[in-house]
Amino acid sequence: MAESAIVRDHGVSHVAHASSTGLSNNKMGMWMFLGSECLLFGGLISTYMLYRGRVSSGPQPNNIFDIPFTSVSSFVLLMSSLTMVLAVSSAQRKDDRNTNLWLTITALLGASFVGGQVYEFTSFYREGLGFTTSLFGSSFYALTGFHGVHVSVGIIMLMALVGMNRNNRIPGDKAEVVELIGLYWHFVDIIWIIIFTLVYLIPS
Amino acid sequence: MSSATTHVETTESHEAEHHGLSDKQYIVIALILAALTAIEVSTYYVDFGPFFMPTLLILMTIKFVTVVSYFMHLKFDNKIFSYLFYAGLLLAIAVYCGFLATFKFFLKQG
Repeated sequence: MAESAIVRDHGVSHVAHASSTGLSNNKMGMWMFLGSECLLFGGLISTYMLYRGRVSSGPQPNNIFDIPFTSVSSFVLLMSSLTMVLAVSSAQRKDDRNTNLWLTITALLGASFVGGQVYEFTSFYREGLGFTTSLFGSSFYALTGFHGVHVSVGIIMLMALVGMNRNNRIPGDKAEVVELIGLYWHFVDIIWIIIFTLVYLIPS
Repeated sequence: MSSATTHVETTESHEAEHHGLSDKQYIVIALILAALTAIEVSTYYVDFGPFFMPTLLILMTIKFVTVVSYFMHLKFDNKIFSYLFYAGLLLAIAVYCGFLATFKFFLKQG
């Protein structure tokens, strides 16, 4: 029993396994996953930084970027990190009502961000920047598209979490599950902090 | 009795795990992050001259570390989590530097 702890929740016993370090395996796994995700986005950002000046045809980055619009999107995603941490805080206080409220607001803010990205992609395409137009176009869509997919997956996880929490079907330590989803959500936010500066604000 | 004991143990365990900040402190941090973002965006409208690039890179780093340390609780959590995450990050930066160096090498050869 030294490496495991029994958590009784609503009459059902769950065995929460801890690693040999005494830390949660789930949390350890999530941090390892986020560390590996750094490599994925590191590769995509590197590729964009190398190719962004290589525009043989189609529009240049500085001609199509709408900085005021993207700034608002960035602000929305940044504020979703606040609502997420408030959801984690509520879950740790066992306040289910506020946990669900903050998780739903976080998902809505994330959906606004993804909606903004879809609008941005559509307007860029209409201005002549397709995926195969130039090396800049390919690397830009690959980088921001991968990020958008990550945000979308995060929204699905948040909504699933709200549904499971309402039906009291979250297994084990509820606060830890909310915290793990929160870690993923904050990760997509910090990746956007880098993308916003390196891709949008620093001219090629 | 058993249920009451379990409840007390669980509550104590959660208090020990709740090593983050208060909700008000999280809001203050979010406001600071919003202010830093506003300064970043201002570089698009105001000419910062030679300070343009360093300002943006420093602000980006501060925002990144703030979110990781406070919102992701890495500052208060076990150091092993920090090692896991920052190892991946440093490896990613090394890959970027290696990538750039390789392209520089091929350009010289060409």
